[in-house]
Amino acid sequence: MEKVFKGDFPILKNSKFSYLDSGATSQHPTCVLNDVISYYKKNNANPHRGSYSLSVKATKLYENAREGVKNFINAKSSAEIIFTKNATESLNLIAYSYGLNNLKKGDEIVLSIMEHHSMIVPFQMVAKKTGATLKYIYLNDDFCLDEQEIEKKITKNTKIVGISTVSNVLGTKNDVKKIVKKAHSVGAVVVCDASQSIAHMPLDVQNLDVDFAVFSGHKMFAPLGIGVLFGKQSLLLKMPPFLFGGDMIEYVDEQNTTFAPLPQKFEAGTQNVGGAVGLLSAINYINEIGYKEIQKYENNLTDYAYKNLTKLKFLEVYATKNKENRSSVLSFNIKGIHAHDVSSILDLENVFVRSGNHCAQPLLKHMKVSSTIRASFSIYNTKQDVDNLVFALNEAYKKFKKYIKD
Amino acid sequence: MEIDDIYSELVMEHSQNSPYKKDIKNPTCSVHGHNPNCGDDITLSFVIENGIIKDVSFTGQGCAISQSSTSIMIETLIGKTIKEAQKIIDIFIDLIDRKQVSKEDKKLLKNAQIFKNISNMPARVKCALLAWKTTKNILNEQN
Repeated sequence: MEKVFKGDFPILKNSKFSYLDSGATSQHPTCVLNDVISYYKKNNANPHRGSYSLSVKATKLYENAREGVKNFINAKSSAEIIFTKNATESLNLIAYSYGLNNLKKGDEIVLSIMEHHSMIVPFQMVAKKTGATLKYIYLNDDFCLDEQEIEKKITKNTKIVGISTVSNVLGTKNDVKKIVKKAHSVGAVVVCDASQSIAHMPLDVQNLDVDFAVFSGHKMFAPLGIGVLFGKQSLLLKMPPFLFGGDMIEYVDEQNTTFAPLPQKFEAGTQNVGGAVGLLSAINYINEIGYKEIQKYENNLTDYAYKNLTKLKFLEVYATKNKENRSSVLSFNIKGIHAHDVSSILDLENVFVRSGNHCAQPLLKHMKVSSTIRASFSIYNTKQDVDNLVFALNEAYKKFKKYIKD
Repeated sequence: MEIDDIYSELVMEHSQNSPYKKDIKNPTCSVHGHNPNCGDDITLSFVIENGIIKDVSFTGQGCAISQSSTSIMIETLIGKTIKEAQKIIDIFIDLIDRKQVSKEDKKLLKNAQIFKNISNMPARVKCALLAWKTTKNILNEQN
């Protein structure tokens, strides 16, 4: 019998609803909640500042979390791990500190069309301010990045390539390693957005050889407000600070400041120690189960969902047919009915999904759809949740079918 | 709450077959409304002569709630003076915000009263209000 993880999550344990929006944010296991409460109950103080024992304790917990992240993603050094508030802040740090200072007119930034606004909008800003050109890698007919597009778009002018491990709309897994090889062959750096895969698939920054990687804690069972930026030390050393203030300094005179070494150089102000503690706890939770087990469980569940959703003739499913390339996100529409109307019906049936453009308007425009319904799964979901989704979709279809125009 | 309280025959008919979803010739003013989070996107065109709303039409896309609310709003406002229209819009916004609305005022809304239950679906309130708030802004500019 397969293990059921739902019981680890208090919000879901005896719930009547099916939570199918983990792509937006995940729920939290008891161990993470307890560790965060325990931090605030017993160990809270301002890190890196006080000379008293409680502050030393808080600092130690914060730095332990950094070490934990380093091991979790197989970085070479904990100096390469910068804590931020989320993936968006991490991407802004790269855009402001690396992008603005290294790009010029004639240079090119290449992003995949399936990127989240958090990747697209900061690099649009870089392109506008530096005069660089922004180009996109488009999809093939099977909702995957077109290989010829990758070859064609990454050229000798390319300076930055932005790619997500998994699309937050399509669930498509991208061959990051291959894109990195191509990017490095022309001397470009690669920014990898692992937000959508971090709760589901291992991230090995040395194996992928990415130059930067980002993710949010809240999508991997950690609290809101803690995120990670990984950067190769050689790059981070050359980059100027992004945010300025306390804790990121060495000496401050009236007119000039020298900055702290890595990673403090990029961490201005009092940091989110409680969030870092929760992130380490979430890492431990994932490690205890093991990505192998997580993937086995989720692949089984996503396949079950894919099979049952594609059986519904009134649905249009936007996912690759190749199950090897599918992660635990599925997007679809009832043909002829707007996603929001369907998701409101699902809501009344206690099935919680996301609908809309999923912060990926360029992708949806490219696909020529205005919105989709998205069901995203995590280890705490069960086949019952999928059955509830299918039931609710049938209810919605029954309600709307007489109004659907051919 | 029952599904039919919101997705009634009237709402679905207006969303799928609105007589006002078309281009009109020579509008005196046009305005664009957009809900960035959900993608509802409409353009309203007005023919306003001597302070009277002679004709209105809309184009664009969105969910059944936003499309039907736009269509029913137009049905309610055609033939009204700007002042009357402004009053009706304020009553509608109050109704959706669950503020006290007198029986007499409710009558002025005619079919638009059907959206009173939308407050039970807080996630959809902005869909119902899009056309009304957009129109409120443009009518204020007409004074």
